[in-house]
Amino acid sequence: MSTHSHVPAPAPPVPPAPPRDISRGEDSWSLGDKIGVGMAWAAGILLCLVAGAIVLYMLVRGIQYLKFSELVSHPLPSLDQSNSGGFLDPIEGTIILTILGTAIAAPIGIGIAVWLSEYARPSWLARAVESGVEIVAGTPSIVLAIFGLLVFQQSFFGFLSFTAEGNAVFGRSFFTAGAMMSLIALPLIVGATREALHSIPSHVREASYALGKDRASTIRRVLLPASRRGIGTGITLGMGRIVGDTAIVVILLGASLQLQAENDVPVLGTLKGTGSTLTSYVYNNSPAGEGGAPQKAYAAAFVLLIIVIFLNFAIDLIARRKEPAWNR
Amino acid sequence: MESLSPLDGESFDPMREPLAVAAQLPPPVRRIAVEEAPTIAQPTPRANGNLPPSTSPRPKLKRMPRTDTVPVERMRTEALSIAYGEKLAVNQVSLIVRQGEVLALIGPSGCGKTTLLRSLNRLVDLTASARRGGRILLDGEDVDLFDVTHLRRRVGMLFQQPNPFPMSIFDNVAYGLRERGSKKPSRRELEPAVVEALHRAGLFEEVKDNLDHPALALSGGQQQRLCIARSLAVRPEVLLLDEPCSALDPISTQVIEETIVSLRAEIAIVIVTHNLQQAQRVADHAAFMYLGDLIEYGEAEQVFGSPMAERTREYVSGGFG
Repeated sequence: MSTHSHVPAPAPPVPPAPPRDISRGEDSWSLGDKIGVGMAWAAGILLCLVAGAIVLYMLVRGIQYLKFSELVSHPLPSLDQSNSGGFLDPIEGTIILTILGTAIAAPIGIGIAVWLSEYARPSWLARAVESGVEIVAGTPSIVLAIFGLLVFQQSFFGFLSFTAEGNAVFGRSFFTAGAMMSLIALPLIVGATREALHSIPSHVREASYALGKDRASTIRRVLLPASRRGIGTGITLGMGRIVGDTAIVVILLGASLQLQAENDVPVLGTLKGTGSTLTSYVYNNSPAGEGGAPQKAYAAAFVLLIIVIFLNFAIDLIARRKEPAWNR
Repeated sequence: MESLSPLDGESFDPMREPLAVAAQLPPPVRRIAVEEAPTIAQPTPRANGNLPPSTSPRPKLKRMPRTDTVPVERMRTEALSIAYGEKLAVNQVSLIVRQGEVLALIGPSGCGKTTLLRSLNRLVDLTASARRGGRILLDGEDVDLFDVTHLRRRVGMLFQQPNPFPMSIFDNVAYGLRERGSKKPSRRELEPAVVEALHRAGLFEEVKDNLDHPALALSGGQQQRLCIARSLAVRPEVLLLDEPCSALDPISTQVIEETIVSLRAEIAIVIVTHNLQQAQRVADHAAFMYLGDLIEYGEAEQVFGSPMAERTREYVSGGFG
């Protein structure tokens, strides 16, 4: 638009150009492009179908077999499905293990992320820590479980689990399983926290330094509060991984049907003792795994699925929460 | 009026390698304006190039109304040089920062004015590759001898982008007053200082009922005034402004400029700006930098109205930048 005021008379209005159909371009695409786009569509739809099928199948089976009494009764040792009780203990086990694993992973993960993002000196150590996190992230949980058993059966770690006569350390307990579970949640927490810290513009840090604050108070009072959303997402992702993991539970939690407290101390005794989670319960009851109680396995798997979907929903809620941000 | 001290080579540390290179370079052409230069009432209007004459009257650039103050020297740089790695960003610049005055640092992008500004509160020290030569004095004391925390409380800074912290309006202003991340002193003890700082930044009336609201929910202009209040709360003696209005709308800009001018009696103010009109409105002294060199330094009206150096004349008339 011209703002020159000396133009004597306005030019006759130009008739507006007909709107161009920009989608028309697809007609001219090559065959390869058309096939590529078609496959991309198909892949997306297929994934939706698979996810929908899983949820629908589990929903039908779950509603068919799930009884409320199963949620509040202890499992019993019986081969007859009508006498084998509910899965209160596995639900409790899942909750305890998730809380324990997250409680260990969150402070360590946030600490590693802060160090990598705000200090990272010397640089060789930062690179080593980064690789370490990546290696832990890439290690299958069965390997972590076996490694954990090896470590926690050392007499040095006897205080974490049950020690038999003759000083043989059992190595299996909520503590030891929680410690290894924290490793599968750790990379997710580190990653999400680092990303959140990285997204804070450097002038925000400098504004804190310019007020005479040191790095520690800047991290505590400015950077971590500004990263809450990312940290929350990472922790919830990690919880989802812990809830869904089977290998560590089967190997490191002792897979006892009910929670077996190590001693009478209220919380500590349970944490030193063994138990099971929903994943190990499904594995031990499903005919596809070791058991012969498909109805119980379906019902427990349904509960597990509900928990995981709920966690995913929570992640969505956290990530969507609108937070005002700074300009770069 | 004080004259600038000659560049003394003694304070220059030849052990700092990149600067040693710079030290061997011929000294830059430096025309320090004579303080007693006749003052020109109005800056010459910028040539309009080949634009057609506008029918509406061009708004005259007016300096902000101000009460007279007696300028007192607070900071000075002596042959200050700063290099990032091998790249020399500031080359032997000597400047005086006075309380009772606004000093504007002007010049094209990359001329070193922001680096110079950030060196005054040693924020440039945070850049790992930065090396500094020459001296920076605050009230006659070398800033390197200060505890950096203490220095930064005396020399506050405002940034280009508003950057309130993710906490309430009250906590933002109280941030600098609280000890190392603790909640002490209590809110009741801090309240008078917070309210006063908000008043001085011209924000109190707008936020007085919402002190507990998150600061990041404020508008951009309000956020920037909150950042001013946050700096003022720790009672700085010098305030460094790094293009404080470049991200703001004209009305917020005007409010902040008025705040700047009203503060200059109590606080020595240095402002880096790309906006020459802004510099003319608020500045008492101006320093024109080009490629790391201080080309011209003098009273603002003289630098803008009758610059002594050819480069300055080109820049202030819009020839480049």
